[in-house]
Amino acid sequence: MAMSQIKQVVDNTLPESAVSTRNISKNYGDVEALKNLSLEFPRGQLTSLLGPSGCGKTTLLKIIAGLLEPTSGTVEVNGQTVKGPGPDRAFVFQDFALLPWATVLRNVAFGLEMRGVAKSEREAIAEKYIKEVGLAGFEQSYPHELSGGMRQRVGLARALSVDAEVLLMDEPFSAVDEQTRRKFQEDLLSLVQHENKTFIFVTHSIEEAVYVSDQIAILLPRPSRVHEIIRPSNFRSKGVDNIRRDPEYLDIVDEIWASLRTYVE
Amino acid sequence: MPDRALLLKLLSAVILFGAWEIAGHIPISYAFPTFLESMSAMFRMIADGTMIDAYAETLRPLVVGVAISAVLGIAIGLWIGLSNFFDWLFSPIFIVMQAAPLAALIPLLVLAYGIGLTSKVLVVCIMAMPVIVLNTAGAVRNTPESLKEMGRAFLASEPSIILRIIIPAASPVIFAGLRLGISAGFIGAILAELKITPTGVGDIITYSRSIADYPSMYAAIFSIILLAVLFLNLLERTETLLFKGNERGYVSD
Amino acid sequence: MTLFGYRLPGMSSLIVWGLLWEIVGQSGLTFFVPPLSEVVATLFGVIGTSAFQKALAETAYAFIAGVFFAIVIGIPVGILMGKNRLLDEMLLPWVNVFLSAPLTALVPVLMVLFGFGMKSIIITTTLFGIWIIILNSRAGVKQINRSLLEMAHSFGASPMDAFFKIYFWAALPEILGGVRIGVIRAVKGVIIGQLLISIVGFGALFELYSANFLMAHFWAVLIVLFALAFSISEFLAYLERRVSYYAAKR
Repeated sequence: MAMSQIKQVVDNTLPESAVSTRNISKNYGDVEALKNLSLEFPRGQLTSLLGPSGCGKTTLLKIIAGLLEPTSGTVEVNGQTVKGPGPDRAFVFQDFALLPWATVLRNVAFGLEMRGVAKSEREAIAEKYIKEVGLAGFEQSYPHELSGGMRQRVGLARALSVDAEVLLMDEPFSAVDEQTRRKFQEDLLSLVQHENKTFIFVTHSIEEAVYVSDQIAILLPRPSRVHEIIRPSNFRSKGVDNIRRDPEYLDIVDEIWASLRTYVE
Repeated sequence: MPDRALLLKLLSAVILFGAWEIAGHIPISYAFPTFLESMSAMFRMIADGTMIDAYAETLRPLVVGVAISAVLGIAIGLWIGLSNFFDWLFSPIFIVMQAAPLAALIPLLVLAYGIGLTSKVLVVCIMAMPVIVLNTAGAVRNTPESLKEMGRAFLASEPSIILRIIIPAASPVIFAGLRLGISAGFIGAILAELKITPTGVGDIITYSRSIADYPSMYAAIFSIILLAVLFLNLLERTETLLFKGNERGYVSD
Repeated sequence: MTLFGYRLPGMSSLIVWGLLWEIVGQSGLTFFVPPLSEVVATLFGVIGTSAFQKALAETAYAFIAGVFFAIVIGIPVGILMGKNRLLDEMLLPWVNVFLSAPLTALVPVLMVLFGFGMKSIIITTTLFGIWIIILNSRAGVKQINRSLLEMAHSFGASPMDAFFKIYFWAALPEILGGVRIGVIRAVKGVIIGQLLISIVGFGALFELYSANFLMAHFWAVLIVLFALAFSISEFLAYLERRVSYYAAKR
């Protein structure tokens, strides 16, 4: 391996994208869920997959997670081809997927437990992230004792505690009420800012996508493909309180709706 | 009225036992003792130890049979639930067993294994096992897909997905299957004692009928039904206590 | 289960078990299990005999009568319990008691009260089947969407109309579910009755064959009986699926 001995600055060896999908197709029998889909997910940023239902956005996310195998094409995380779930990615589920018989503490520590981290150590880590998502005091509660929003915070803490570089979020806020959802979106923005992680975020809400994303990939169905990639630029720095009345924010929301409206039944 | 339900329960018990008492006094049949006669026969038999000896005898095939059915049934059920091949191979047998009147096998069992404990245990087993197997298999197969996906996403190995996700998720339904199996086991145990050889409670029933001591016969029947119902109720309570919130928690309310 | 890309039908493994049975039978491993081929041959012989037809007729009579009473009494009682709170609270504990009670213990009482004949067997059959029918009919009525009743009321439906056009149909999926389980239990009840009360019908055949060591005959009748029971249960499951399409969308 003579090539690898050529000295390079570490930052340059890493690709600009943390995750890239190359020519992904996924067929279920005769149905084409995804066709020839290629996307780049920039490191340290949040990319939304937005589209009408049935456009294969969750399928794509699960392929990136390694939970589904693509019919053809590859997913690369840090230049490594994905062959299954790995420690570099963590998943936040739409229906939370909490173990109903386990306490919040055990649920959050589950990923670490599966990695063989010793009990005291993993509980210390879990406690830290439980505090971080604002659930301090609920360590010994069970999922059914929590509200929907709190349950998703548990799911988020579980994903954060394994310290994966890439966070995959499958419509994480769709099962919580509107007000909780807004709070979540604000928290997510500060999370993107402070954690050096790459976020891939599936949503069907246009406003949510524009609000939280550095990059929005709009997927269209039948056959599923990337319609457009939008990178909002100006309103991100104006603070969470001003985003929703920023003209650019409103323009982008309108523009996306214009391209999606024909696909809504 | 916080105690309305309890009051009505008591009231309906009073009405039922009252009707029994009155019907016994008319009497509607020479073979229909009053409620109080039956109760006093029951307490007499409890006091003189007849009842206790009888239950020691009756509960033996029941406990052995249910224990065998539980261990074997849950093991087979897990196997069926986890493997498509075993599902294909074994499910039809238990589905047919569940629908079929297995009591018809008793004459054959007696022929093959005699009239001893073995036959009685087997009667309990064939009654109790199908529902335990089918419930376990169904519960394993119905583990929420997202929980299994969660396990894989967080790098759980195949054995730890089974041990830490599938089995705990299935346990409420497995437990309910056990309860139904025990209920069927009671039917089997009494059937065996009435059909194969009169022992235990079956002996009290058969013997007191033959000497026309109807209060004792009714008392024995009353006691076994009472015992079965109390025990199954207790199990059900344990169930709700044990698996509180297990049905919920992973979906939004 | 798929094999070489083909989906194997659900019950096809019974063929494998049949083959295994044949092998065990041919090997002469145990006297109690004659080869399946012999059993099947006997089966066609047995079906034609008057003893079998008499047993079938007696069993069918007791079974149909028992199920008839279980349904005709069970469904209205269940619906009334679902509609009337007082009745519900008075009866529900007893329904639950008899649902899980070992009903075999009650058979001797039936014997002394109603004699060692058909009457007791029919009552046994009814007792086995009725409780789950009551319970399910009650549950069916309880879950009826309130807005459906308010709709009927606001469109001026009379109580009779409401009963026949709303209650019955809205509760039908649950009622049919209860009838299916009730009928399966009644099949067990009728055989237990025949074994315990008076040795008639299939019960008599089983006793006769096992007493005379006619194993092939025994298994032949057992197969017929199991097949009948299974067909009845599958037929009712099919009916239930026909109406359950709207049960999911309420």
